[in-house]
Amino acid sequence: MPYFDHAATTPMLPEAIAAMTEQLARTGNASALHGSGRRARRAVEEARESLAGALGALPSEVVFTAGGTEADNLAVKGLYWARRDADPRRTRVLASPVEHHAVLDAVQWLADHEGATVDWLPVDRYGRVHPDALRAAVERGPDEVALVTVMWANNEIGTVQPVAELAAVAAEYGIPMHADAVQAVGQLPVDFGACPLAAVTVSGHKIGGPYGIGALLLGREWSPTPVLHGGGQEREIRSGTLDVPAVTAFAVAAELAVARRERFAREIGALRDELIAAVLAAVPDAVLGGDPDPAGRLPGNAHFAFPGCEGDSLLLLLDAQGIECSTGSACTAGVAQPSHVLLAAGADRELARGTLRFSLGHTSVKEDVAALAEAIGPAVRRARAAGLT
Amino acid sequence: MTETHREPGRARRPLRVLAAMSGGVDSAVAAARAAEAGHEVTGVHLALSANPQSFRTGARGCCTLEDSRDARRAADVIGIPFYVWDLAERFRADVVDDFVAEYRAGRTPNPCLRCNEKIKFAALLDKALALGFDAVCTGHYATVRRGADGERELHRSADQDKDQSYVLGVLDQRQLAHAMFPLGDTRATKAEIRAEAQRRGLAVARKPDSHDICFIADGDTRGFLAGRLGSAEGEIVDEDGRVVGTHQGAHGFTIGQRRGLRLGHPAPDGKPRYVLDISPVDNRVTVGPAESLDVVALTGIRPRWCGRTPTGPGAYTAQLRAHGGETPVTAELAGEELRVRFASPVRGVAPGQAIVLYDGSRVVGSATIAATERRTAHVA
Repeated sequence: MPYFDHAATTPMLPEAIAAMTEQLARTGNASALHGSGRRARRAVEEARESLAGALGALPSEVVFTAGGTEADNLAVKGLYWARRDADPRRTRVLASPVEHHAVLDAVQWLADHEGATVDWLPVDRYGRVHPDALRAAVERGPDEVALVTVMWANNEIGTVQPVAELAAVAAEYGIPMHADAVQAVGQLPVDFGACPLAAVTVSGHKIGGPYGIGALLLGREWSPTPVLHGGGQEREIRSGTLDVPAVTAFAVAAELAVARRERFAREIGALRDELIAAVLAAVPDAVLGGDPDPAGRLPGNAHFAFPGCEGDSLLLLLDAQGIECSTGSACTAGVAQPSHVLLAAGADRELARGTLRFSLGHTSVKEDVAALAEAIGPAVRRARAAGLT
Repeated sequence: MTETHREPGRARRPLRVLAAMSGGVDSAVAAARAAEAGHEVTGVHLALSANPQSFRTGARGCCTLEDSRDARRAADVIGIPFYVWDLAERFRADVVDDFVAEYRAGRTPNPCLRCNEKIKFAALLDKALALGFDAVCTGHYATVRRGADGERELHRSADQDKDQSYVLGVLDQRQLAHAMFPLGDTRATKAEIRAEAQRRGLAVARKPDSHDICFIADGDTRGFLAGRLGSAEGEIVDEDGRVVGTHQGAHGFTIGQRRGLRLGHPAPDGKPRYVLDISPVDNRVTVGPAESLDVVALTGIRPRWCGRTPTGPGAYTAQLRAHGGETPVTAELAGEELRVRFASPVRGVAPGQAIVLYDGSRVVGSATIAATERRTAHVA
């Protein structure tokens, strides 16, 4: 069945399932002092080392969390609180307006409840932040900046940000920068040690690991104020009993995803290019979202706006044929909201209503693309007849 | 567990059916019956509010996120695809704004009819047909039958007590041809419908019934209107034009209303007084005795016919309210207007409400009440 929603979640790798089920049968709190506890702790630390190794971080730079959203909240809120506590002038947050809601809403919450002033960084029509724009924003008052947060690659339109250059600008001023790399791991080279980032968010279930596990890669010099208080696990930054089976499986998935990345990017990227060509051939007036240069977008991402169509209608028509995709934007109770990403990138509001995101992953095959190529033309014609409500 | 409804047989021809699912028990059972009959059913919950409440409060509304989740759960259990369609903008323009405008004009609208006419069997149906569906299915208690001449006839439900054909009296032949009401044939009591939902594993089996107007979450219609129409003190006068009290906005009143008048002066005869007339232009409410409410005839506008447009005068029974009784009338089209004369006077007929005409159990058509003729003329 053609599944084009790998950016939402991707099937777990068999190796990760094996590692997880093996650990599920064992007992032991990784903080306990007895033999069972030590065995659990060993599994966690080995997982930490392999995850760190895969992502160019030190083992001590890995803070496990219950997923990407938590890691984003910890980075954004925690760094803001800690930086402001150290110097009360630091109340400015510089953020891209195309962030995932886990960052976007955390930043907005700081503005609404913690006295933060947000500078939403300007983006180009692909949603990309340019280093000069960041520099200009910092220069308006470098001493007041608490943190910078710009995602590694966009979850909707796939645009890759110049993270290394942005991090260099922030580092020049001694400002911590966070990058949400949830979509990037396994698709782009993510090397925490190679660029001066303070914090990077990664997640398990987007790379073939389990749900409910993620990590914040966090430079040793940064101590964000905790969001969760408790037993003091994870550098006293993130309390809570470690989920040994999830941690173990996450590390297995990360290692494999990173080891297979180049091949994934080449093969899935080629399949994605085929998909884009097929959709544009079937629907010539479809508008490709994001950067048309394959080097500037995630290899697994294709995003289109279909003029005169409701994204919901298209989704229903494709779903009825077993072709699963997403409208790309966040939902409130199942109702797709106008995409903040497209609007920030200057898209027409009407056009933004008729979008679909096709995200490919490690189980995608040519037959999936062929099925979509056949179905998309008639679906668009039908959705157009239904019009915009 | 008793089941008295007719076991639905397999459909003669499976249709692609879009089931409108409010999150309540009736629409869930209707969707389940349509699926069981062999149709290819897709569930849709209509998001009708731009800013939905998180949870239901009491028995009101069907537009909360909780209702949407309930509908989704029901669809999961039935085993049909489910989506939420955002019709909030259309609903606001066609139903809510119309509701407010009608009150502003001193009339008393029925938003459920309006919603059926403009949303469920127009915006929703049109979109469904365009997307390749054959019919829209709802949990209304009414029956569609094919008449001798092949026309679709709308009839009262098998169980008169639960009949909802009144709020469907605005549907025309085309709309009826694509309407499916799987609960209409049932003689099951509400308790039995709930038992059926239970048997089908639908968690909404024990959910309270919805009442009142779905978009007024707290049930305070007067407060809702005051927030939109403002409040301005006006006079309450009797039939002779004497001021007998004041009010905070004519839109807070409905013709035939007795309670909440708070009149300073008692009536000369000491009998209760009722709202006879609402005049929004001078913000004036006229009150008088019950007899003055007696209506002998009315004029309806925007007539809608379920089948062919009748020619010449005809004898029908009429229903004037959602839960009202029937009364014999003669009715005749005069140009764009429907002229109706009652066999004997009726009380509490409010402009803005719908009159639905029946021939036996068959719905003939409907019109919006524009003006009434009283037995006793009063000063308006």
